[in-house]
Amino acid sequence: MQIDYYIYLSVALFCIGIVGVLTRRNAIVIFMCIELMLNAVNLLLVAFSKMHYLKNAAVNASAGSDGQLFVFFIMVVAAAEVSVGLAIIVMMYRNIHSVDINFLNRLKH
Amino acid sequence: MGVTPILFWILSVMALFSALMVITSKNPMHSVIWLIIVFFAISGHYLLLNAQFLAIVNIIVYAGAIMVLFLYVLMLMDLKKETEPPKNRWLKLAGAVAGGSLLLVLIAALKKADIASQIAETRTGDIGLIENLGKVLFNDYVVPFEISSILFLSAMVGAVMIGKKE
Repeated sequence: MQIDYYIYLSVALFCIGIVGVLTRRNAIVIFMCIELMLNAVNLLLVAFSKMHYLKNAAVNASAGSDGQLFVFFIMVVAAAEVSVGLAIIVMMYRNIHSVDINFLNRLKH
Repeated sequence: MGVTPILFWILSVMALFSALMVITSKNPMHSVIWLIIVFFAISGHYLLLNAQFLAIVNIIVYAGAIMVLFLYVLMLMDLKKETEPPKNRWLKLAGAVAGGSLLLVLIAALKKADIASQIAETRTGDIGLIENLGKVLFNDYVVPFEISSILFLSAMVGAVMIGKKE
């Protein structure tokens, strides 16, 4: 498979995530859109790692495995991020009884 | 047309359609379900690229653990009776235009790049197998691996501290 198909697919998924973050106001849905963007980047990293492997396999038998390990570490960080972020959202719901981010403009004043 | 492009297009259409449904469906519960379908489609892409370890970890960690966490939080707060104020349509339109412009700029930049000759190897190659990834992880990336365990510990402590009633 040519690499540009994977690039276009990842770009499209990433932009859908950005549009979701910009247009939705439910904090949980915004959080899910961030996960979508992380997954688009993961897919691109795996595709590039396989591309790199195909080019350099003769020189280095494990060429390109760095990209897949970065995906692994992104998943680790995403799991930690989700646990803390959802705790913050639950805290916010407990205080203002809503997850609408428009109620969060009190930081302005 | 071989079986690989057909699988690629099916998985891509599935991922893009489900991603669009994530941001357009009104009910957050439906968004979670569509997002799980996106994760399964991306896992299918990993399998197509022969990254088997990442495909399994993606299903276990994302579709299994993280989305269950989302579902739990959604079920903890009943958002049914929440009366949503009328939405600002211009703000939504501005967000969609901004995202669309970014898509346009990125695609226009990629059109100029000389990438069409590069091939991503599908259905062969063994760097995605758990044996090779484990060797690289525990030879070259031991320190980040251990640091990530500290990150998990601090995230756990932080979540408990935030969630605790004062």
